[in-house]
Amino acid sequence: MHSFGYRANALLTFGLTILALMCAMASISDNLNHPSPTAQVQVLNINWFQKQPNGNDEASMTLNISADLQSLFTWNTKQVFVFLAAEYETTKNSWNQISLWDGIIPSKEHAKFWIHTSNKYRFIDQGTNLRGKEFNLTLHWHVMPKTGKMFANKLIMSGYRLPEEYR
Amino acid sequence: MKLKTVFLLHKPQHMMMDWQGQKLAEQLMQIMLFSFAAVGFLTGYVLGSFQMMILIYAGGVVLTTLVTVPNWPFFNRHPLKWLDPSEAEKHPKPQRQQAASSKKKSSKK
Repeated sequence: MHSFGYRANALLTFGLTILALMCAMASISDNLNHPSPTAQVQVLNINWFQKQPNGNDEASMTLNISADLQSLFTWNTKQVFVFLAAEYETTKNSWNQISLWDGIIPSKEHAKFWIHTSNKYRFIDQGTNLRGKEFNLTLHWHVMPKTGKMFANKLIMSGYRLPEEYR
Repeated sequence: MKLKTVFLLHKPQHMMMDWQGQKLAEQLMQIMLFSFAAVGFLTGYVLGSFQMMILIYAGGVVLTTLVTVPNWPFFNRHPLKWLDPSEAEKHPKPQRQQAASSKKKSSKK
C-alpha cells in the first residue's frame, strides 16, 4: 500500500471482488420470489388442416393467448422469453414438442398481455399423425436475470383435439 | 545532471506513505467499499432496482478511490524519525558488541 499504483491495484481487485459478491447475492435473492403466473390459451379456429405433398401433416389455427407473468419479474430480471408449444404423443415418439408462438417480454409492465394471433411458426408433424390427435398447449418461459442463474418453468394448459379430416 | 539525480533519489521518499498511513489507507478502503456495497444492495433490493445498487456502489468506488488512493497529508502524520548521523556518532556500535561479549563471558563462567 506504499505507492499510488499499489493502492489503485488493491482498490480495483477488492472492488471487483465485492461487485462479484453483490451479483451473486442478487442472484440468490431470486430464490425468495415464488412466482404464480397464470395463462390461458384458446384455439378459436382451425384455419386449414392438410397433408403436405411430402407426406407431413400441417395445421394452421387461430389462437387467443392471455397471460399474466408479472410475478416472474424481480429486481434482477432482465427479460422473460416465453413460448407456446403443442405437445403430443405419437407411436414413434413419446414426446413431440412444436413451438407455435413465442415472445420476449422486456419488462414487468408488458408481462400482462392478451394476443389474438394465428400460429407464428408452422405446426407440422413429421408424419401423418395429426388427424384426430389430442395435444396439450404448454406455455414455457425462461426468466433471464441481469446476473446469475436462469430460471425456466412451464404451465400445461387444457388440450385440444384436431379434426378427424383434412380441411 | 546532478540536480536530476538528486530529484530522482528524493522522489520515492516524497511519494511514500508512512507505515500507519498505509494501514489506515487499506482499512479505510476495505471498510468503505464494504459499507457502500451493503447500503447499495439493501437499497437496490428494497426499491427493486438493480440500477440503483450499481449506481450507489459505483459512487462508493469513486469516493473510495478519491479518499484512499492519492497520498493525502493525513496519511503521513507518523513519519519515520531517522537518527541524525551525528547521533549515530555519539552512540557508536562497539558499545553493543562489548555488552554482548560481556554476556558471553558471564555465560562461560
